[in-house]
Amino acid sequence: MRLPCPVCGERDLREFTYQGDAVRLERPLPTAGGDAWDSYLHLRDNPAGLTRDLWQHGAGCGAWLVVTRDTVSHAVHSAVLAREARHAD
Amino acid sequence: MRFSALRILQEGLTGNKGWTPHWRDPEPKSEYDIVIIGGGGHGLSTAYYLAKEHGYRNIAVLEKGYIGGGNVGRNTTIVRANYFLPGNSEFYSNSLKLWEGLEADLNYNVMHSQRGLINLFHSDGQRDAFVRRGNAMITQGDDAVLLDRKGVEKHLPYLDFDNTRFPIYGGLLHPRGGTARHDAVAWGYARGADQRGVDLLQNCEVTGIDIEGGVVKGVQTTRGAIRAKKVGIVVAGRSGQVAAMAGMRLPIESHVLQAFVTEGLKPCIDHVVSFGMGHFYISQSDKGGLVFGGDLDFYASYAARGNLPMKEHVMEAAMTLMPMIGKAKVLRSWGGIMDMTPDGSPIIDRTGVEGLYIDCGWCYGGFKAVPGSGFAFAHLLATDRPHDSATRFRLDRFRTGRGLMDEEGTGAQHNLH
Repeated sequence: MRLPCPVCGERDLREFTYQGDAVRLERPLPTAGGDAWDSYLHLRDNPAGLTRDLWQHGAGCGAWLVVTRDTVSHAVHSAVLAREARHAD
Repeated sequence: MRFSALRILQEGLTGNKGWTPHWRDPEPKSEYDIVIIGGGGHGLSTAYYLAKEHGYRNIAVLEKGYIGGGNVGRNTTIVRANYFLPGNSEFYSNSLKLWEGLEADLNYNVMHSQRGLINLFHSDGQRDAFVRRGNAMITQGDDAVLLDRKGVEKHLPYLDFDNTRFPIYGGLLHPRGGTARHDAVAWGYARGADQRGVDLLQNCEVTGIDIEGGVVKGVQTTRGAIRAKKVGIVVAGRSGQVAAMAGMRLPIESHVLQAFVTEGLKPCIDHVVSFGMGHFYISQSDKGGLVFGGDLDFYASYAARGNLPMKEHVMEAAMTLMPMIGKAKVLRSWGGIMDMTPDGSPIIDRTGVEGLYIDCGWCYGGFKAVPGSGFAFAHLLATDRPHDSATRFRLDRFRTGRGLMDEEGTGAQHNLH
């Protein structure tokens, strides 16, 4: 599995750190209540198939990326800067 | 059919023509008292103990593939009870006791071998932590022996004790730890359950869970609809998909964990050896293959295979710890789908749906839990109360923050275990 960093180009998996599902970008308000925070911190769709997850290119440009990939085939479809992915939502 | 030495002798002398299949291949009935989704180790042991301990006869185990084809046939076969935290400690202690009586109970040779497990440590701080863990194990009623460097040298003379980065200071020996033949565990429980009337339905994938007014009524499967008074979900890495059929989201991410086996070698590694600092552990199978593995690849995956960086890391750790391994040829590697919870500890609990129960979140430690998990889940399904050994495996502990069991002390978050 190689990840296409939008800044650096396609790079080895070892340059990246995985953070988990991109739900991490959707932080609820402090006052959103226990269910919203439980959903944000713990509950996961955990899809077998297409997923969006967060990776940091720590050994490269340092950018946080949202990677769209397939959890069954390990095919990587795209990677965009997390900042831009959040604005697009 | 009972197995005995006499029977084996008789069969050997008469061409082994008298052996019969270990279990039936029944057609699904239209209704069962209890349906277990998932015919892996945990599902089979649940059905077995439901029949044996609670007298249920009208039970089905639904398996989408074949018995023994999932994680129960893909793990590295280690059996131990060396947990620290209340919750885990009493559970794995109970599971190990069940292991110790398992072969007599099942009348089946699962090749349970209590060859001893040694966790190595490499610093004064780590020694202190292991003393503490050993004391917790002894307090729980299990066994632990602290070995200094000389003590480890006696057991494991082939290690590189003077490695610059991780010199070996000693190890924590858990004499009752060891291994078991993983396939035989699945087959033994399947046979035992079948003998007590449990229907094992293979090639029977659940496609839906029928719920009316908040009460479970049955399941839809590729072999037709089956009504059930109670349904238990025991599907390990696939927990997310099956729970979604009941409208639930779980605190689980499925990750890939790789394992490796070498060609068959003469006996050289007598114990289970765990090198935590290198995320590496190893034992030798009775066939002679060195069975070893490392840490998760650390990304969500259902591929049942991993990537090369973790393979390289595991091989490096092996060479760091025991340079003698360098000439062994790796025969194959594979990956399993691990149902990882945020705190690294499992869940055996009711759900928000009446009559629907779940047993999941075994992370990378499910094999040793097969007897204990089945025993506790059967108790929950039969009595609606958690078994004494599994009262803390609650589904809501993440929501409430009460009773988290973070054995590694890294934080109860996804991707930290």
